Amino acid sequence: MHIFLITLMLVSQISPPSCVTSYDTPNDAGNSITIHWTLSTDPNIAGYKLFRTQQGQEPEFLSFLSPFEKQYLDENVKNKIPYTYQITAFKVVGNDTLDAGSAVSNIVTSSPQWFNTKRLNVLIGIVIFFTLILYFIMHARRGKKLFIRRIAGLDAVDEAVGRATEMGKPILYVPGLSSVSDIATIAAINILGEVAKKTAQYETTLLVPNRDPIVYTVAREVVKEAYTSVGRPDVYKADNIFFITDSQFAYAAAVDGIMVREKPATNFFLGMFWAESLILAETGANTGAIQIAGTDSIFQLPFFITACDYTLIGEELYAASAYLSREPLLLGSLVGQDYGKIVIVSIVILATILMMLSAKIPVLNILKLFNIG
Amino acid sequence: MQRTIPLALCLGFGIFMIIQFFIPHPVSNAAYDIVLKWIRLITIFALVLGVGSLSMHHTTKIRRKITGWQYSIVTIIGVIVTAVIGLVGGVGRGSGLQVIFQNIFIPVNATMFSILAFYMASAAYRAFRARTKEATILLIAAFIVMLGMVPIGSAISKRLPELAEWILTVPNTAAKRGIIFGLALGSIATSLKIILGIERGWLGGGRQ
Repeated sequence: MHIFLITLMLVSQISPPSCVTSYDTPNDAGNSITIHWTLSTDPNIAGYKLFRTQQGQEPEFLSFLSPFEKQYLDENVKNKIPYTYQITAFKVVGNDTLDAGSAVSNIVTSSPQWFNTKRLNVLIGIVIFFTLILYFIMHARRGKKLFIRRIAGLDAVDEAVGRATEMGKPILYVPGLSSVSDIATIAAINILGEVAKKTAQYETTLLVPNRDPIVYTVAREVVKEAYTSVGRPDVYKADNIFFITDSQFAYAAAVDGIMVREKPATNFFLGMFWAESLILAETGANTGAIQIAGTDSIFQLPFFITACDYTLIGEELYAASAYLSREPLLLGSLVGQDYGKIVIVSIVILATILMMLSAKIPVLNILKLFNIG
Repeated sequence: MQRTIPLALCLGFGIFMIIQFFIPHPVSNAAYDIVLKWIRLITIFALVLGVGSLSMHHTTKIRRKITGWQYSIVTIIGVIVTAVIGLVGGVGRGSGLQVIFQNIFIPVNATMFSILAFYMASAAYRAFRARTKEATILLIAAFIVMLGMVPIGSAISKRLPELAEWILTVPNTAAKRGIIFGLALGSIATSLKIILGIERGWLGGGRQ
């Protein structure tokens, strides 16, 4: 009788977790329910046991949880099936395990969503930016003159092609080592078209070694089209645009070999590069070639700046095609980009001020609505 | 028609990928997976073209005895031998292909990578010649950072590692973020131009 009473007292000392709520995990592909609860006030509990009950069935044990966990993500549920959850706090007293269960949670069903609300800020940003770009493209289409600042590396393209022509040496164009799904590669391909037009006009040999087979096929078509567009399909040599290997350092070794043997007068390194950037650029510098590089990899930029004559930094690479072609519609998008930057910098300044003030003025916590607070 | 179909496909898939980013529904994820599978398939077909290009390029060099044609013989033999060993002996553990990979490919790759250390030294020498104002600033900053990162730096002054850390986390990060902002906007703008068919360089030019 005494033992029973003592045990009863001990059990009553465990306070169960409370406020167990469950809801369909938002912004997901379904099959997931999130459960929240308020921790037990008993500081000596060993942990929690989580149970799930599918409507019309027996409760099933889901998981042991630590005494500090307040949330659980159940990703083994079926959509459109109602479930309830219960959490039991437990502790070990001597050889016995004592537990106390919470109230059963609300009934919940899981379902997939059609819109990720966490990405609403991205959507707003994209709509604003797209609007700006389209506005300036329309602006350019109406024939308005747009100012574009000088980019030294792109102004040097003519000089670089001219030098190669005078010296009777080839031009080497490396369109990066990434695949065609990389935006830097696409930018490099766009510039290749403009460079190829110039080499076609001057009848200068253009060598384009490739690491990616798809980039190789695209590069070949771009060069062929460029030669045709300036009326010199006869000068085009398909063999000068070739695939080497998809191995990073084997490619670097092969391009180094081309630079040492062929001694190109001009080297273009445009696109995405990794550790091989300096190997390529230093070899080119040692052969005495004019080197124009450009990449969107901020880690490789210092190497190119050090070893090359001209470097297109970051977005200048994307702007190059518009800059070289002077196509009004493309130039319009560049101006749109600049206005986009003004918007972003304004938001950064405004958000910084609001964040600093929000500690004193709670109403300014509005930033939390945009997932940036 | 030769341009219209690729442009229409680009527009359709471009818009689909934008919309897909905002939809977590399984239907959207399944469609995205299908697109990824197709990309892998196309890459495999393109690899055949790549190997064809490699063979053509080097056989032409050998036939015409162009400078360095001997290296082309090595390349062709390498491709054929590796392919035959891989096809006949398989690619599993202990196979001939693994022996080639472990004993030739990896050491040669590592050798190329190790050359980077020497190139870094020569590039650093060129960068640190204080010929211009910018190069002088670069030299001073690099000197402080390098000293701050080694034990002798803190022996010279306790503030040196802090200063090095400050250079890395404040001016360096600020510059990097500026570039990243531009890159993000530039890549979105480039994507939009390609999706809308304004930028057609990837089709071989021929803009509107």
